[in-house]
Amino acid sequence: MRSLKTSTNITKTLIYTVCIILAILSIFPFWIMFMNATRSTFQIQQDSVSLFPSRYLKSNWNILSGKSFNPAIGFMNSMIISTGATLCAVYFSSLTAYALVAYTWKLRQGFFTFIMAVMMIPAQVTGIGFYQMMYRIGWVNTYWPLILPSIATPAMVFFMRQYLLASLSLDIVNSARIDGSGEFNTFNKIILPIMKPAMATQAIFTFVFSWNNLFIPLILLTRSDRYTMPIMVSLLRGDIYKTEYGSVYLGLSLTVLPLFVIYFLLSKYIIAGVALGALKE
Amino acid sequence: MRNKTINYAKYGYLFSIPFVLAYLIFHLYPTLYTVVIGFTDLRGLGKTTFSFLEEPFQNYKLILNNPTFMRSLGNTFLIWTMNFIPQILLALLLTAWFTNRRFKVRGQGAFKVMIYMPNIITAATIAILFNSLSGYPKGPINDLLIRFGIIDVPAHFHMQKWTARGIVAFIQFWMWYGHSMIVLIAGVLGIDPTLFEAAEIDGASAPQIFFRITLPRLKTILLYVLVTSMIGGLQMFDIPRLFLWGGPDNATLTASVFIYNQAFSGSYLYNRASAASMIMFIIILIFSSVMFYALRDRYEEKMRKNERALRKAMRKEASV
Repeated sequence: MRSLKTSTNITKTLIYTVCIILAILSIFPFWIMFMNATRSTFQIQQDSVSLFPSRYLKSNWNILSGKSFNPAIGFMNSMIISTGATLCAVYFSSLTAYALVAYTWKLRQGFFTFIMAVMMIPAQVTGIGFYQMMYRIGWVNTYWPLILPSIATPAMVFFMRQYLLASLSLDIVNSARIDGSGEFNTFNKIILPIMKPAMATQAIFTFVFSWNNLFIPLILLTRSDRYTMPIMVSLLRGDIYKTEYGSVYLGLSLTVLPLFVIYFLLSKYIIAGVALGALKE
Repeated sequence: MRNKTINYAKYGYLFSIPFVLAYLIFHLYPTLYTVVIGFTDLRGLGKTTFSFLEEPFQNYKLILNNPTFMRSLGNTFLIWTMNFIPQILLALLLTAWFTNRRFKVRGQGAFKVMIYMPNIITAATIAILFNSLSGYPKGPINDLLIRFGIIDVPAHFHMQKWTARGIVAFIQFWMWYGHSMIVLIAGVLGIDPTLFEAAEIDGASAPQIFFRITLPRLKTILLYVLVTSMIGGLQMFDIPRLFLWGGPDNATLTASVFIYNQAFSGSYLYNRASAASMIMFIIILIFSSVMFYALRDRYEEKMRKNERALRKAMRKEASV
């Protein structure tokens, strides 16, 4: 019995060691980034790894903002696009899921099978046709092509449907009918509040996905006042920042900071959401 | 009362209209448009008019005979494999540890939060961050390796093909193993706990429990992780594009970066980029149908099993 206990303890030590190393591996690159954002290019050239900040944050900022990098514009554009896309996706996916759960109609099963079939198809592989279409209707450099397509988000409809099946009782709908509530009104006033937990989880992921998306914005937004955050970041890879190490790290830090805040505030829900998403099938 | 049920069906259609319209306009039409462009001579910045080619599959022939495209497909597959094998192994190991009832690992929540974190950070940012970290001659990775005496002179990682591929694969691995782990843990938590209890009472060891009970029951979830990772991996764009623009010598050029370069730089070959997109589309379609059928089969099998069990029980009852 004792030998079993010792071997369990050895394994436990190993587990904690590995987990701590992995946690450090997650945070260390970002730590170096934040520290180097406050150090001068000269300091970074002398020694590029520092665990402590220096005093050059201001001068790095001046160099950074003196060139093409404008995080305020990127932030605003990303905010508009991600918020719009998230609202569209969450609202209309819930509505579609409700149509699939609450009503019996002829094409319902076919429609659901269709949603399951197209769930995995990514938008990226049809990017050329999408770009040509938007170019023809003059929507290049507008927010619409990045917001409106999320009205049709098959994966989220699928998720919302599973949620409704588990949590919606049709008695509520029926009693609302008896009270004289119209169908659309019932959905907005009674069903949406029931779906809040599912909507919150899905909203976080849609927002982060939209915020981080690079491919489609990169081909559609060519005017610098429309750049999103990831496009803004890609400018840091350009020649104009080649020797400005401190400013590059600062620019990167500025894009990571809002995500860090969101993540560490909501991490509990995000992790639960990932686990839930996996169980949806 | 009967009238009412007939009336309500129309709301099913009505509430699906926004989805259907948006799907037709923003998803189906661009897909068909991409298919069409693949058979035309559409090229050149700002051009929208085109005519069909006399030899319809010319673009496809050119793309399939383009060594750079084949190279990019090869790179995509290589980088994906180099990321996925360690990713799934580490995720499985951590899952085995975290769900083992004997170890009762504490602080799991905090570890999960840390390990998952890179997944939500903008990939574009991470690509450029790793570009800076692996810089030459003075970069944090070089500095650390020299400080710990692993190498004597700084290495030019960005000029070595396999190192560059390795770093891209590592970034993917680093961003995604936490995700895979959480998904797998959720899968294990879905397994009937009495199975584990019974195994423990029978004196099964931790590896025995993991390989004989946990793994076989994770099959579908593993397939899900595999297929979603493959589909995601095929589209790998942000990291290989921003890390080294697909270099050195096209070593990190993935299929998506190739398509982007064809369509949106140089001579703006929309037609050939469309043909290449369609080839990728077909590959993705094959992967996702494997998934679709595997899941469907599982449900059918489950139903059949239930039915069989029910019949058996009934027969038993009848005999008694």
